[in-house]
Amino acid sequence: MNWEFIMKYLPLYEKAAVLTVRIGLMGVVIAIIVGLICAAIQYYKVPVLKHIVGIYIELSRNTPLLVQLFFIYYGLPKVGIRTQADVCGVIGLAFLGGSYMAEAFRSGLEAIEPIQAESAMSLGMNRYQMMRYVILPQAMSISVPAFMANVIFLLKETSVFSAISLMDLMFTAKDLIGLYYKTTESLFLLVVFYLIILLPISILGSILERRLRYAGFGA
Amino acid sequence: MPDLGLEVLLKGKNMMRLIGGLGIALKISLISVVVSIPLGILLGALMTWKNPITKAILRLYLEFIRIMPQMVLLFLVYFGSTRAFGWDLSGETASIIVFILWGTAEMSDLVRGALSSIPKHQYESSEALGLSKVQTYLYIIIPQTLRRLIPLSINLITRMIKTTSLILMIGVVEVLKVAQQIIEANRMASPNAAFGIYLAVFLLYFLACWPISMLAKYLEKRWK
Repeated sequence: MNWEFIMKYLPLYEKAAVLTVRIGLMGVVIAIIVGLICAAIQYYKVPVLKHIVGIYIELSRNTPLLVQLFFIYYGLPKVGIRTQADVCGVIGLAFLGGSYMAEAFRSGLEAIEPIQAESAMSLGMNRYQMMRYVILPQAMSISVPAFMANVIFLLKETSVFSAISLMDLMFTAKDLIGLYYKTTESLFLLVVFYLIILLPISILGSILERRLRYAGFGA
Repeated sequence: MPDLGLEVLLKGKNMMRLIGGLGIALKISLISVVVSIPLGILLGALMTWKNPITKAILRLYLEFIRIMPQMVLLFLVYFGSTRAFGWDLSGETASIIVFILWGTAEMSDLVRGALSSIPKHQYESSEALGLSKVQTYLYIIIPQTLRRLIPLSINLITRMIKTTSLILMIGVVEVLKVAQQIIEANRMASPNAAFGIYLAVFLLYFLACWPISMLAKYLEKRWK
């Protein structure tokens, strides 16, 4: 292990990690928004839109992110839709993540028995109050494990961005291996930086999961 | 109307080459799944043991594999292990090793989850009925665990297939690589082929994974 080499190229990895986290978080936030919209459309069974959402979810869940990115980055410019690499990364992540988030929210909403809504109605709550005080709190606590798993999954998926020449952690490691043949050091730094990014989120996820386990009704 | 790659796709054996590339990805994921499901079941059963040392070691392995992006694992095995141990690995072997390691970790977690979701009273009731330990597992626990496990492990297969797209990055010639080759070869004749070819790859992956995930969904609903 050559520590001099590691210290010298640490800043390069820091920059790459910031880029990875920035694009990853932007993608996750947009994915959450897309997921919420899709879940709401499916929950309220909006005509026409619900079929489109259904097709979108199946398409995005059954294809790999790398293929989606290749299509957006190399395929779409041929029909005049040009995107920069980082925008493309965010779009790809949001496209993939939207469906996973939608499924997480939907399974939470669907797990609430109809009797909950009926009871809320018979207590004289209006639709807003029913959602705010009865359905959403329970649905959210059921969704949390899947939601956190999705966040980690999406952040992990950012590792394919190097394929569309974004200078992320993967790209940096590959570059250094190619340039200096310092495989062990480059890979060591790569693992360390991914642990720094992913470990806190994973721990946060398990804490949240444990705290929210008591929130379910009748469980 | 400019050519968007449909012609290139139908030219010569291009379509068959793409499908052949997908075949390689499917082959790698099939081998990995076949090996990692029994290994994962074994590890998952070991995880429910009370022995703290095996538990700690298994947890460490599991958490590390599950938290690292699969691409990092591929790099670790393909570039790192070859450098560290001086052996020679082809890209395909490296990816099979990685997918077995990863699949085993995921599978063992599914098994552990399924086993620990069986309520304790199931064990107690079967004991009260006078069933032996073997009978308890054979007739009570395993059938219930399997019902939860089978849809989840079918889902694991589709995840495995989707993840095989990454092996392009360690130089295995699979469907995306073939697509790149086809696009390169037809650069002059139809410069816009990338659209159609990548769309075809997208749809091929969809056609490979969709039926499998539909099956998983169907089983999950049926066995609820």
